[in-house]
Amino acid sequence: MLNSRTKLIQLTVTLTACAFLLVPMILSVMAGVTANYFQGISSGLTLKWVFRVWELYADSIFLSLWLAIACLISTLIIGLPAAYGLARHPGWLSRILEEFISLPLAVPGLALALALLQLYGSMKGFRISWTFILVGHVLYTLPFMVRSILAVLASMDLKTLEEGAASLGASPWQRFRDIVVPNAMPGILAGSLTVVTLSIGEFNLTWMLHTPYLKTLPVGLADSYASMRLEVASAYTLVFFVLIVPLLMAMQWASARAQRIAQ
Amino acid sequence: MTNRTFVLACLTPLLVFSVAFLALPLVRLFLVSGESEAGWAIYLDILRKPRYLNTLILTVLVSLATTVAALAVSTTAGMFLSRNRFKGRGILLSIMTLPLAFPGVVIGFLIILLGGRQGLINQITPGHVVFAYSVIGLFLGYLYFSIPRVLLTVMAAAEKLDPTLEEAARTLGASPFRVVVDVILPGLMPSLIAAGAIAFATAMGAFGTAFTLATDIDVIPMVIYTEFTLSANIAIAAALSIVLGVVTWALLLLARSLSGTTVSAGG
Repeated sequence: MLNSRTKLIQLTVTLTACAFLLVPMILSVMAGVTANYFQGISSGLTLKWVFRVWELYADSIFLSLWLAIACLISTLIIGLPAAYGLARHPGWLSRILEEFISLPLAVPGLALALALLQLYGSMKGFRISWTFILVGHVLYTLPFMVRSILAVLASMDLKTLEEGAASLGASPWQRFRDIVVPNAMPGILAGSLTVVTLSIGEFNLTWMLHTPYLKTLPVGLADSYASMRLEVASAYTLVFFVLIVPLLMAMQWASARAQRIAQ
Repeated sequence: MTNRTFVLACLTPLLVFSVAFLALPLVRLFLVSGESEAGWAIYLDILRKPRYLNTLILTVLVSLATTVAALAVSTTAGMFLSRNRFKGRGILLSIMTLPLAFPGVVIGFLIILLGGRQGLINQITPGHVVFAYSVIGLFLGYLYFSIPRVLLTVMAAAEKLDPTLEEAARTLGASPFRVVVDVILPGLMPSLIAAGAIAFATAMGAFGTAFTLATDIDVIPMVIYTEFTLSANIAIAAALSIVLGVVTWALLLLARSLSGTTVSAGG
């Protein structure tokens, strides 16, 4: 190890960074349960702001959960077979396709949303329906699902396994169902948790695609930051934390597990 | 059904979806950018008109500052956390990766709690210290967003460094400073460039954070948003989006070719 002075500097930087990240989170939680944030904690602790949030924004929470589930189902239906197809045919065409569907990881959501609005904005029925937001969420989360499953599939000898099954008379569909899906499970789990976490937190696309009657949780948050008192905005953020933090932890656990298996 | 048709059938939903909702919309966006009176010269206008040029410069400067700061902080913390085992290490690591799940808007709000009118800094310091809505606030928001992402990239690379190289350098009489400069940094370099590209690209395109904080600051995502919603100047919004998208995509491609992994940009 380096000498102790260097270590001390490293420790200081690490702790300062931690404080920078943690202190505002604590402030937010505190503000959400304090009767009057301006007077401070001495004004008493209360859950009334959380209840107020529930009255005002329960719809947005349910919409976000609903969208996350719909997004999960869509990315599974599209992503699972696609990952299998890409794993079975590794080549330049597959590389390009994978690269292409990964564009939403790099191109800012704002630009993608503008693109969707330019093409489909005039189709009124579609534009004002929740499925329009769903398309945005699927666009953004699909590459995570595909890559997560693909990483696991690419690490195993799919060809030999399938040839064995085929020689025993299994049809392509049976092999997919009985060999590919069970083996891909760690990747499917990690991908699913990632998709749900990202969908619930998605703002950039959703802000452009939403309508006044369809507000998701992050859209509602932006709304409350602009127009509500600090305590309500904080309580709403607290609700978001309660939802997202366990999901993030589960996602990190599942991703680490899938990565171990893929190696 | 033969093998080949089955595999093709597997890829069909993906192909249909990405042509309908990714390829065609992007082509449309590009075409729209050339539909104003300026025609395709609109891309030159971005560089010629002071309003857009200044926006471009400011966005690049803030993003550069974010990248440098995030690299400095996260490399130091990442090396420390991957080389030392102590009580509370896991907690520190959890705190530093927690913000991965926060959208930009939430991070903007956290900066307001720190540096807004009712913010912590304004309350504990004498005088009126409000920085949340300035360039400093925006920079801190972007930094908040980038620290966890850079940290994870650096730590993954640090795990792969060979500690015996550092020992060898020390036994040969290298000072701690020289060990860092000559052994550790070169070993980490590909990952640092990759992490830096990710931080820079994310900051360039960050909409959520700018949306809460940059009400009076012209950064590219905010200008795209206001040109589109308030001025209905769709061609310039589309052109700026295309430029922004190409820049961030190229940067992240560079990042991936160097490190082999990506931490999501998002935000």
